Amino acid sequence: MSFSWARQYEPKHPFMRWIDQRLPLPRLVYGAIGGGYPVPRNLNYWWNFGVLAGIFLTIQIVTGIVLAMHYYSSVDGAFNSVNKLIMRDVNAGWLLRYAHMNGASFFFIVTYIHIFRGLYYGSYKAPRELVWMLGLVIYLLMMATAFMGYVLPWGQMSYWGAQVITGFFSAFPLIGEPLRVWLLGGYAPDQAALTRFFSLHYLLPFVIAAVVILHIWALHIPGSSNPTGVDVKDERDTLPFHPFYTAKDGWFAAAVLLVYALVTYFAPNYLGHPDNYIPANPLATPAHIVPEWYFWPFYAILRSFTVDFIIPAKLWGVLAMFGSILLLFFLPWLDKSPVRSGSYRPVFKRFFWLLVIDIVILGYVGGAPISWWRTALGQAAAAYYFIHFLVILPLVSAFETPDPLPSSIRESVLHGEKAEAAPAGQAPRGGSVATAG
Amino acid sequence: MRFILGLIGVVFAAILLISMIGGLATHFQTPAAALAAEKLHEEPKHLRLASDGPFGKFDKQQLQRGFQVYSEVCSACHSMNLVAFHDLEGLGYNEAEIKKIASDWKTQVPSINPDTGEATGRKALPSDNFPSPFANETAARAANNNALPPDLSLITKAREGGAAYVYSLLTGYHNQTPALVKQYPDAKTPPGLHYNPYFANLNIAMPPPLTSNGQVSYADGTPATVDQMAKDVSAFLVWTAEPNLESRHAAGIAVAIFLLFATILGYLAYRQTWYEAKRAVRVTGPLEPENQAKSRKAKAKSGIAG
Amino acid sequence: MATQASSAEGSQDISANEGGVRRRDFLNVAAVSFAGVGTVVALAPLFVQMAPSRDVLALASTEVDISKIKPGQGIKVSWRKQPVFIRNLLPQEIAQANAVPLSELRDPQSLAERTKPGKQNWLITLGVCTHLGCVPLGIGEGENRGPFGGYFCPCHGSAYDTAGRIRAGPAPLNLQVPDYKFTSPTMVEIG
Repeated sequence: MSFSWARQYEPKHPFMRWIDQRLPLPRLVYGAIGGGYPVPRNLNYWWNFGVLAGIFLTIQIVTGIVLAMHYYSSVDGAFNSVNKLIMRDVNAGWLLRYAHMNGASFFFIVTYIHIFRGLYYGSYKAPRELVWMLGLVIYLLMMATAFMGYVLPWGQMSYWGAQVITGFFSAFPLIGEPLRVWLLGGYAPDQAALTRFFSLHYLLPFVIAAVVILHIWALHIPGSSNPTGVDVKDERDTLPFHPFYTAKDGWFAAAVLLVYALVTYFAPNYLGHPDNYIPANPLATPAHIVPEWYFWPFYAILRSFTVDFIIPAKLWGVLAMFGSILLLFFLPWLDKSPVRSGSYRPVFKRFFWLLVIDIVILGYVGGAPISWWRTALGQAAAAYYFIHFLVILPLVSAFETPDPLPSSIRESVLHGEKAEAAPAGQAPRGGSVATAG
Repeated sequence: MRFILGLIGVVFAAILLISMIGGLATHFQTPAAALAAEKLHEEPKHLRLASDGPFGKFDKQQLQRGFQVYSEVCSACHSMNLVAFHDLEGLGYNEAEIKKIASDWKTQVPSINPDTGEATGRKALPSDNFPSPFANETAARAANNNALPPDLSLITKAREGGAAYVYSLLTGYHNQTPALVKQYPDAKTPPGLHYNPYFANLNIAMPPPLTSNGQVSYADGTPATVDQMAKDVSAFLVWTAEPNLESRHAAGIAVAIFLLFATILGYLAYRQTWYEAKRAVRVTGPLEPENQAKSRKAKAKSGIAG
Repeated sequence: MATQASSAEGSQDISANEGGVRRRDFLNVAAVSFAGVGTVVALAPLFVQMAPSRDVLALASTEVDISKIKPGQGIKVSWRKQPVFIRNLLPQEIAQANAVPLSELRDPQSLAERTKPGKQNWLITLGVCTHLGCVPLGIGEGENRGPFGGYFCPCHGSAYDTAGRIRAGPAPLNLQVPDYKFTSPTMVEIG
């Protein structure tokens, strides 16, 4: 790849040589995740979550394809095809359904941790801006896929969630309502919406897989970042991906799958909502419409806008909700600190943890029934979210004095993370600070 | 560009703060009266069933009693259309018993007369799902004061609190005290409804279904108190919602143990693999700090300058 | 860098190295095989789910009332979503079937082998031609019964006799007799 000391693929077996001459796929794999891809040797466990996201994408695609062999996408038959056919009659159907349901939640859990890793360690900074943006595209596709998937069982939350989310589009003036009717193929979620959601829900994961390949490809040009944010200098800073990181990813994946199995087998409905076990009724709204937990922070932002000001509150809410994700695309230019890693940015670090708490609060508010103090809390938290990214980060990155960086990755490994700031008694002359491009 | 983005952020935050201050002002100036439902609604009672917990298994005797309660009391109004008669083998009935239960079932399965083509009914077969007591939703509402008795197949998964909620609901009916009505006039039970604090809206359309001890005479001789019948039918409804519960628990334990072993083995393999990598980072030979310290000491001892 | 590691190792404790090689390999092999076994077991539900589900298997048996079928008549019923011919043979049809020497038959079977003892007049066969699966004619009143007086398949001309055995045309086997039993003199349970 990009490092000169990367081991080259040298097939020993004549069969592998034959393949390599005609289609260099094994060579590609070797160079991407095999012994031929050098990775910084100091990665911590926060770096495991990308691979875990890939594992859960695979689990979702595989369980989804077999579920689609039994699912029946008609408004009369969908609920029964899930809750009678799949859950009771299909061999191991209950396992496949619960695995797919909880696989979606775990996919989001590992993806959120992966994103927060990126926020803390400055993974979005040059030269990895495109990796970051492709990642955001993956996240948007995941949200669309998850939303459509949740509609398919045609329970009460499926139907009313579809009503609410497609209702966002009607907030836009002039084009809003026609857009909503076009999306649904009707005036309310009905047969047309259900079948097209099924079709798109089957398609999008493969689009996600393609963007994941681009995401990894873009990453492998500069190579992985690391917890110090200091660039790789030479061979002693890296280890080949195989066997070192295949081993590390392997055991940690087993541990995460253990947690996933415990939830799937022993608490399969814990992360879900009971109302989705009631067949959809277009004439009766559930007491509290809430989306699945991974949408709760955005739901809180949406509901926080209660006052009309030039434009209606509903439109403010929709713009803010989309805005809260779209602003992340600008992050590499909002945060212009030349120091990547939050470990060496004492002011940034504190604000980062404030952001985490803020998002947890938004999540809580989004999932809970409406009350006067929760609404106020949500409004304050949503305000902080925007101020954090759009005002605080640019100011902090311009005025912060970062801690001294280690001169190289191997220095930080040699002396342990705590002693990194004063490697071998020398103060770095700024020559090893990560620079853009 | 950053300035524009910053401005957008300030605008969003400002609108939010206006909304917040406005909302708080409204709340403190004209506080909303506490809804009776919030004050009077009770959390479900505690219910322990054999199927609880990761090692839970069904008590088949209890399930059979619960099924008896369903067929003699609940099935008059409530359908169970996701359960087929042949599924009852999960309760321990054999093929002949199931055939008899199906053909004796008081509601017939909608069918077509093979000679005339007219709509008619026929006796249920084991392969049929439990037929609904009403032909359609309109008929169900007409017979029940415009309320629709929900299907019971998934009821313990479709309600917050699950089986405990069902049990509390069935045993929670009591009369409103005059004092209560005076304090919360909007909780007064409208005509045709019944007061039950375990129900979210406090007043439920279903009249108390389990009214007296001995309403059902259990085949196994267990005394059929209202409490017992409520427990048994709740346990049965856990089974209707989750017939695969036992397989799920058994498979889960096997998978969990397997993954635990795999994690431990994987971790050991990981540590083993990295042992060499850690050694390779360390500088060895004359440049190693320990050796350097040793050579400095030796030099100092023999008086050789740095 | 790997060479650095091994030379650093090799220059020091060789004896521990040999024991270390065995231990390291065993651990890696054990971990990878565990993962492999796990993957295979995890894949099993994906294949098992394609087998017929419980509701399909529940319809595997059908009971038919044969009290209204007069001698010389037959009915067509559905079993496992396939047609089944139930015919009440006339005495001359039974005699005709028994008169055929087995050596003349492509798929030698006697009428007795294809019916239940004491109920030789009841011929119950699948209504599926053993050539390529069309539904033969002959079960209904006025349908073409072919040159052998049994059933005739219009698709490619297979002709079956009064015992449902193949006599002419491309079909290789006699019409299949499903598992069935008489639960009473007037009720047959197929499957």
